[in-house]
Order: sequence, then C-alpha cells, then structure tokens
Amino acid sequence: MYQFSYVKAKSLKEAGEFLAAHPDAKLLAGGMTLIPTLKARLAQPSHLVDIGGLPELAGIELMDGKLAIGAATRHFEVAGSDTVKKAIPALAYLADLIGDPQVRNLGTIGGSVANNDPAADYPAAVLGLGASVITTQREIAADDYFQGMFATALDPREVIVRIVFPLPKRAAYAKFPHPASGYAMAGVFIAETAQGVRVAVTGAGPGVFRWQEAEAALATNMSAAALDGLAVSAEDLNEDIHATREYRANLVAVMARRAAAKIAEK
Amino acid sequence: MARVEITVNGAKHAREVEDRTLLANFLRDELGLTGTHIGCDTSQCGCCTVQVNGRAVKSCSMLAAQADGADVLTIEAMAKDGVLHPIQQAFTECHGLQCGFCTPGMIMAVAGLLKDNPNPTEEEIYHGLEGNLCRCTGYINIVKAVKRSAELLRGKAR
Repeated sequence: MYQFSYVKAKSLKEAGEFLAAHPDAKLLAGGMTLIPTLKARLAQPSHLVDIGGLPELAGIELMDGKLAIGAATRHFEVAGSDTVKKAIPALAYLADLIGDPQVRNLGTIGGSVANNDPAADYPAAVLGLGASVITTQREIAADDYFQGMFATALDPREVIVRIVFPLPKRAAYAKFPHPASGYAMAGVFIAETAQGVRVAVTGAGPGVFRWQEAEAALATNMSAAALDGLAVSAEDLNEDIHATREYRANLVAVMARRAAAKIAEK
Repeated sequence: MARVEITVNGAKHAREVEDRTLLANFLRDELGLTGTHIGCDTSQCGCCTVQVNGRAVKSCSMLAAQADGADVLTIEAMAKDGVLHPIQQAFTECHGLQCGFCTPGMIMAVAGLLKDNPNPTEEEIYHGLEGNLCRCTGYINIVKAVKRSAELLRGKAR
C-alpha cells in the first residue's frame, strides 16, 4: 500500500467538506473492495475518509410502502433483517450471496452501489427493483444512476445516504457465482413491479443492464418457458479468462429462467 | 500516524501506527500475536480471520485505524487455562487440518458461523466457510470438525 492519511468523519457534512477540499481523497465504508485495491497498489488516494460508522448512514426501515436501507448497512445485516426478509425476500437472499461471510460482515450496500463493479450483486437489485439512490445532493433513479463499468451518476463530492426500494409484487434473483471470488459470472434479478416487469443483468456485461426483451416476454407470462428462444447478444458481453462472451450469454438465459421459475412458484 | 486503542483478547492496547497499517500486521507485529496468519495478499484465503466486535473479519482487509475502539478476539484467546476451546478440540479429534496453516482462520470463521447458526447443515457449512481456503484441500475433515464443534458447543450450552 502507498501512504495515505486516515480520517474518521464525524458527520456526513464533514465528510463532504473534506472531499471538496481534497480532490484525491476517497471515501471508505466497509473497504471490501477499496482495501484490496490499495494493497495491490491500484489506487493512490491522499486520504481515506471513513464514513462506515456514521449513524446518519445506518438503519433499515419501511417508510411509506418503501424499504429504505442506510448506505453503511453491512451485507449481513440486510441478509439477516426480518424487515427485509418480509418486505423483499429476494433482496435478503441476494445479500447472503455476496462474497463470503467475512466480506458480508464489513461490506456495505452504499459501497457496493457507489463502486458499481460490473460483477457486483446489489446493482442488479437496485436496477431490477427500480430503486432510488438518495445522496447528499439529490435522489437518482436507478435507470439514470448506473453508467457502465465502475461508472455512476455520482459526482466526486456526492455521498450515498440510503437506497430506497419500492416493494415489488414478487421478485427473485438467480446467480452463477465465480467459484473462487463469489462475484457474479451472471446474475439476473427479476421483479414484478407496479410499473411492470423489470429484468436486470449483472456480471455478464460491462455494467448492469436491463434485458428488455425478457421483460416484454415475462409481462404476459411469468414463467421460465416464456423465455424460451430468447437470448442476449453475446457481442456486448465481457470475455475474460473465466468465460467467453457466448458462455456468459448462455448463463444469462439460464439464470433468467431460474429466476422466472422461482417467481412463478411464489 | 494514527493513534489507536484496540481491546485485543480482553486487554487494551494503545499504539501509534502508520495510517496504512492493517489490523493483521497490528496484531502480529505490534502485539506479537502471530497465531493470526497471513496466507495471501489478495484478501482471499481467510487465514487472518479474527473477530471484531463479535463478527468474523479478515484482518488483512481492515485497517488498524478502522478497528480503533473495537473489541478484537484472536485465536490466542480461544483456549483457556490450557484447555482447548470446543472448536479446537473438535479440529483435533477430527484431524481437521493437514499442514495447519489455515487452521487459526478456520477456527475463528467457524466460531462466527456457529454463533449465527448453532446447528448448520453440510450445505450451510460450505457456505459459511466460503471465505477460507485450505491449500492442502483438507476440507472433508474440516467439515467433520465443524459438525463436531457444533455438537460440543451445544452440549456445553445445555
């Protein structure tokens, strides 16, 4: 690791001001991506501003028929929360599939959504459920928030405060994890929402994306069979040592069928 | 430099450390608690697992500064007065190790797993140990040791 200065922020306001004054400072919450990145010397921030313990970013609650989760909420808290399990069981299920227990004990939902790793799980739920990202400056709809590989609508001084999920009628997530890292080789989140069916795909492309053809097919018939013959184009998908883009395209179709079948059972 | 005060195995330790000091290095180099092993540089192996405020974490992926004020438990605190902790006892009985390098991290991860789920199924044990690697691939006996640990701990609770 290169040298940096560690700063524990006492409030969200203080963290925002610190970021404004130090353009090379980075926020730290759980650190489950950031610290391994620093260990590999892939980043060289001047300061780490620790917001992981801020009470302003804590808490899981149901508000006006929506589920609000504070940005510093750890994955194990979402996975084990009775409120989440009752409101959106697919979200609790997804949180329990992230990384491994040690990662889930420190990693946060805000950190995952801010980082927007193309193989992270939470972006699939945020986009699939049509959630809102509430920041220190504004509210950003999921459809506007995710902008490709590690790219989001956040400006450098903006901090995620909470994620607000509208409750779906039914939802399910199916994931093919990379056997070593636990990251999604392909993960598909399907939700039947008040605005229609939404299908979000993570792990396969350069960033989370909606699969509109599948949404149209599932709108009239929520079943695995409704997806027969449908495929995402392999052309735009990721290819690496772990899988070819054709393999990932097939995984997306298989995971989508599994998620649709899970919803149909509910 | 960061001033940290961390309670480790019940005793408070105040130190002045570089801001980038990892908790694993703090435990090993500052406190001499070398039971916490560092097996990789990539946060994958879980050999460095300790408990921070009651939750299992990889101490190589957390800064000592983040643990300021926290309560940390390492493998050294498991045996008491020369008597093995039930999880250590189970690993011994089931020969849940080959070279033993991953064992401290395994035991601390198992402690975390069994706290959340005192009677895990085999599937749940696999899921609960996903953050720990055994390079000898001695997993069969490790899983046996987890089942035995659960039995011993449940017996103790009764």
